[in-house]
Amino acid sequence: MNRVGIYTKKVIKYFKKPHNYGRMKNPDGIGKVGNPVCGDVMWLYIKVGKDKKGREIIKDIKFETFGCVAAIATSSVITDLAKGKTLEGAMRIDREDIVKSLGGLPPIKIHCSVLAAGALSEAIYDYLIKSKKKIPQKLEELHQRIDKEKKIINEKYKEWIKIEEKMHKK
Amino acid sequence: MPRKLKKIYLDYAATTPVDPRVARAMLPYFTKKFGNTMSLHSFGQEAKQALEESREVVANLIGAKPNEIIFTSSATESNNLALKGIALARRSLGGGGHIIISSIEHPCIMESAKWLEKQGFRITRLPVDKYGFINPDDVKKAIKKETILVSVIHASNEIGTVQSIEEIGKICSKRGVYFHTDAVQSFGKIPIDVNKMNIDLLSASSHKMYGPKGAACLFIREGIKIEPILHGGGQEVGLRSSTVNVSAIVGFAKACEISKKEMKKEGERLTKLRDKLIKGVLKKIPNSYLNGHPQKRLPNNTNFWFKFVEGESIVIQLDLLGIAASTGSACSSVKLEPSHILMAIGLKHEQAHGSLRLTLGRWTTEKEIDYLLRVLPGIIKNLRKISPFKSNKKHE
Repeated sequence: MNRVGIYTKKVIKYFKKPHNYGRMKNPDGIGKVGNPVCGDVMWLYIKVGKDKKGREIIKDIKFETFGCVAAIATSSVITDLAKGKTLEGAMRIDREDIVKSLGGLPPIKIHCSVLAAGALSEAIYDYLIKSKKKIPQKLEELHQRIDKEKKIINEKYKEWIKIEEKMHKK
Repeated sequence: MPRKLKKIYLDYAATTPVDPRVARAMLPYFTKKFGNTMSLHSFGQEAKQALEESREVVANLIGAKPNEIIFTSSATESNNLALKGIALARRSLGGGGHIIISSIEHPCIMESAKWLEKQGFRITRLPVDKYGFINPDDVKKAIKKETILVSVIHASNEIGTVQSIEEIGKICSKRGVYFHTDAVQSFGKIPIDVNKMNIDLLSASSHKMYGPKGAACLFIREGIKIEPILHGGGQEVGLRSSTVNVSAIVGFAKACEISKKEMKKEGERLTKLRDKLIKGVLKKIPNSYLNGHPQKRLPNNTNFWFKFVEGESIVIQLDLLGIAASTGSACSSVKLEPSHILMAIGLKHEQAHGSLRLTLGRWTTEKEIDYLLRVLPGIIKNLRKISPFKSNKKHE
């Protein structure tokens, strides 16, 4: 069987056994994104460290996703792609890298890969803000756009999000 | 290699396998009795005879007269013909232009109504309560002088809610308004009597009741004027031109004959399985909810929503275990919108997002239900582990 439903074997592999899922304790950055149209939600956590050359890298990464097969698979794939990369390198990961790693996504599911890429850039943005570092202009622009969508999704899930935020603080 | 999965089909509301008895009845009509019903020679007349005998059997299932049954190719076609055919006929008679439908109709009714709206007809869409019931009083109130047709789905294709058709029919009959019902999901599963229920038009489909795809019908009460949509050779008393699909119609009739004989016993068997499934899911899975009414639903329909998880993910996880199901989640729709039916019964977007429909049928066994009840809790649990929303401790 090469396909399950509308998905490639690779998508299903990642969906069945996603990598790096779950909540991270004391993350350095969190990216919380949602798709205002379909209603999927993705939360991405990163821990930042340094490599031998002293460059900042993504030392650890985890995700939590409320969404379809494609949303879960793209979340998993982006954690694999980003782990160990420098922040600059991680920022360059785009939806095409994600789609390629999954052996393709149905056209109607491409927005899930956009969501995953957005979650990662938001987590990096969050880290840079928290550590009072300079935000590259491209990242700032992306953040502005995602922020607008986030307001819609936060309204949709406000009760659930409130409970989770409380748990985060504990 | 994983061992071969035994497949379990729990999506009978989508379509059903053809009953082998039906397939056998159809076979001669492909190779030997292949005539065109419009031909004068013996081949044609043989086909014509099969067609008329089939009409009688189908009519018999709902207490109609054979000449009140028009064969079509699909329920979508039947529903289009009912709405547009009545609307256009009334317009040519100089009648009014108001049509009442419910907010939980199948897309082919919703879209036909929308199209008629563009042609200048006025449409009222009646709300439903949390179980999906239309209040017959709302029908009474919505009927105006210009109202020409009320169309209400008999049993919901998604949540299985069975409407008080008889009551709605009575209201329409009193007010002199035609009453159409889309009975695709109920036809052959629960008793229907078009006279007792005051039904003027009724749509039904073969492939939802163990007949082949490509055959369906519209019951039109004698004396009702309706405009055809397909014009041509004048088949089906001019109401549906097209060469008649005799083999499929013979299959449809055979399926009706079997359903009529087995309806009562099969209904009781499925109701038992359905209730076991509902009870099991709600008991074994925390934060799970039933959509639709606990009892007033089709004997074969169940529909749930699970907090914090998404339906397409559940469907694919089940598929990987060999179980076929369906969902009303936005992620599974081509429009990326959640099911309008789940929204109409008051579910929020995130609740409809986690919906799962399991529909049973003639070959569903208790063993299959037991297997589903064994694997579904684990699937939901695992998806909740991945979900950011999980702090509700109940399920952990």
